[in-house]
Amino acid sequence: MRRFAALIETLDTTNKTNKKVEALANYFQEAPKTDALWAVALLSHRRPSRPVTTTLMRAWAAELAELPEWLFEESYHIVGDLAETIALLVHKEGTASPPSLKDCIEDIIALKPKTEEEKKNYILNQWKSLAHFERFVFNKILTGGFRIGVSQKLMTRALSKAVGVDETILAHRLMGQWSPLNTTFDRLILHPNPEDQISQPYPFYLAYPIEEDTFFTKEDAKDWNVEHKWDGMRAQLILRKGKHFLWSRGEELFTDKFPELELLTKQLPSGTVIDGELIPFKDNNIGNFQDLQKRIGRKTVSQKLQKDIPIVLMAYDLLELDGKDLRELPLWKRQQQLKALLKNTIYPKAPLLLSEVYCLSTWDQVRKEREKAAEKRSEGLMIKQREAAYGVGRKKGGWWKWKSDPKSIDAVLTYAMRGHGRRTNLYTDYTFALWNKGELVTFAKAYSGLTDAEIKKLDQFVKQNTLDRFGPVRQVKPSLVFEIAFEGIAPSSRHKSGIAVRFPRISRWRHDKKMEDANCLDDLKQLLP
Amino acid sequence: MPLLEFTSKGIYCKQANVYLDPWRGVDKALISHGHSDHARWGSKRYITEQTNVPIIQHRLGNITVSGKKYNETFSINGVQFSFHPAGHVPGSSQIRAEYKGEVWVFTGDYKTQADGISTPFEPVHCHTFITESTFGLPVFQWEDPKKTHESINQWWAVNQAKKTTSLLMGYSLGKVQRLLKHLDPSIGKIYTHGATEHMTEVLRQFIDFPQTERITRDTTKKEIEGNLVLAPPAVMGSAWMKKLGRVSTGYASGWMAFRGARRRRAVDRAFVLSDHADWSGLLSAIKATGCENVITTHGYIELFAQYLNEQGWNARTQKTQYASETEEIVTAE
Repeated sequence: MRRFAALIETLDTTNKTNKKVEALANYFQEAPKTDALWAVALLSHRRPSRPVTTTLMRAWAAELAELPEWLFEESYHIVGDLAETIALLVHKEGTASPPSLKDCIEDIIALKPKTEEEKKNYILNQWKSLAHFERFVFNKILTGGFRIGVSQKLMTRALSKAVGVDETILAHRLMGQWSPLNTTFDRLILHPNPEDQISQPYPFYLAYPIEEDTFFTKEDAKDWNVEHKWDGMRAQLILRKGKHFLWSRGEELFTDKFPELELLTKQLPSGTVIDGELIPFKDNNIGNFQDLQKRIGRKTVSQKLQKDIPIVLMAYDLLELDGKDLRELPLWKRQQQLKALLKNTIYPKAPLLLSEVYCLSTWDQVRKEREKAAEKRSEGLMIKQREAAYGVGRKKGGWWKWKSDPKSIDAVLTYAMRGHGRRTNLYTDYTFALWNKGELVTFAKAYSGLTDAEIKKLDQFVKQNTLDRFGPVRQVKPSLVFEIAFEGIAPSSRHKSGIAVRFPRISRWRHDKKMEDANCLDDLKQLLP
Repeated sequence: MPLLEFTSKGIYCKQANVYLDPWRGVDKALISHGHSDHARWGSKRYITEQTNVPIIQHRLGNITVSGKKYNETFSINGVQFSFHPAGHVPGSSQIRAEYKGEVWVFTGDYKTQADGISTPFEPVHCHTFITESTFGLPVFQWEDPKKTHESINQWWAVNQAKKTTSLLMGYSLGKVQRLLKHLDPSIGKIYTHGATEHMTEVLRQFIDFPQTERITRDTTKKEIEGNLVLAPPAVMGSAWMKKLGRVSTGYASGWMAFRGARRRRAVDRAFVLSDHADWSGLLSAIKATGCENVITTHGYIELFAQYLNEQGWNARTQKTQYASETEEIVTAE
């Protein structure tokens, strides 16, 4: 625990990638293997499930620090991070030597079924006996959410350096559902047994936004295959040994949420892995992304839900066929084999569609195809190098996304909330409203798009124009207008405005506009497809 | 009529017709300490504790100023004034005012920890206590500064072994000298930025410091390699800093208690070291005055006042133009 806390502190205090890799690699080499495995698990978002609610943790911390709860809450809002707030408020210096990372996490796992009193005793004891940063890390493990600027890719690179196994091979080994409770460092990382791993997905290859000013002059359209970029959920479908597994890009197993895919185990050969996009698809029409979330959100997927929101997998890549890894083949070959494979297994016979591939000879033709995005219900285009292998992670060069131009609307700032992490102490999360019958109606929240200097200025404005305070949120005097850009737009019964927008962000501060000049809700409704 | 009132020019004593740390030019100003949000330019006459005289002369130039000893009482139109150690920076005072048996104390800025260079804080009995509350939140609890100074020296020694120069940044008046006082000169040489060196020079007449050398145009990278450089925070990322060669950056401030603030600063090492009282320091100081009324002036004033009210004091807030809510003022000099 001490070594791990020191590692996190080092990672937390540097923004230099090399230093992070070096610190991680040292840790993986020096720490006991059982601890190192848990570190890999935590840094790849595999945490023990939370044994206590944060509400209880807050109450216990306030009690231990002898503070009224309101003051604890205010402190939390100002610090912006619960784990850190508790670490600061308890303010005891650890004397005893802390447990190992493995023991600590296994204690936390064992805590789950215990009584509230037992949980409280254990947690308070840890708080009192750990040093400040250890206490912070302990709380982070308890509450989940280890956001410390270390991507899985960076962790993998460091691990590769430490154990001398190639990075892409390691990335593959670390995929899927494993836990230090049912494997070892040796079995998972150093000498895996392929028989164990029928559910194991391949690392997803990710696309970069296209660099419009250079790409089209540098590249020849003939070298690239074009597809529409479907607005759904990226998914990898694995069919092996009569079983099927569905993985999200975040490496979550979603198999249970989409039982209709089971049919495919009978229609396609074992040893098939397909990369594609899950989309809602009803009566031959692509549905809204929001509908897909309804299916993911439910614990059990009823027959009715399957009927109301049917889905298909829009397939666009073939990673494995007959148990053979195809990722080194050029794209066009994989696409060819995918097409052949799916010839008799296409909607409505099966919940599968083949994403159409366009081979165009000029960028003008590509541009024209992009203009059809709304009509095809896509988000824009994917542009993929015809000869490229299937890569690992976000690697520049082979796949580019060229989204449709965002829509935008001018809205009034109405609320602001303190940010988190690097933006703690500044008001950086904003709520925007549009006019509707003389009133301002909230329509979106956004927290990116401004420069640091603008954030500072806006922070000052918020502090000087507060109408009311609700914990970390301040209601501000409506007066400032911002242009808000967003990708998708759909009707929504969950939003007060009746509309949900996707990826809203601030595109600019409209100093030139008064709040009366902001758009109204009807203007937004005009943008609905 | 309260003995001290808050006006658009600053804290005003009508009976004596003087201002305390005014933020506009006035006839007569009593000054708590030399930081630029408290000692401002433009008044006709200044009165302050004697150690602070050369400090504010250095900062404000040619001014008319008279110095008093700590605890020395002087009378202006029947009001008894005196300066008392605030422990914030050298020459910093709390200002006591007494009229017809009623006593008010204005703290300026203060800390209850001893820092080795300022006359340590002394509590002063009063009825009304006007207190800063820069760190008036229970999350602020300072470590024993001895430990912090030890980690600074360790950091320096490690850097030196790697032939990396240590660039240690802090506020020019107070923080830099406090850091300097506790540096271990056996590790290497201590260099300074011009802005901090001037102020250190002024304070050398009162305090023993390790030897320092100012960095000039002729100073070479080779010469400072592995040594330590003291500078104000404004040099971070500047051309001046780039000329130092390979450096490890360190920054000492109370705000470095927050992870978010540390990451925003993006220094290699952050040291939590403050010249303001922490939560328990503020509470113990208030208790020690035996006061009934508290007025909180800067920092987390509302939360702190609310807490004090719950604890039985009669507390209220007062907005002033002293250092702002979010981060220590950083002035490039």
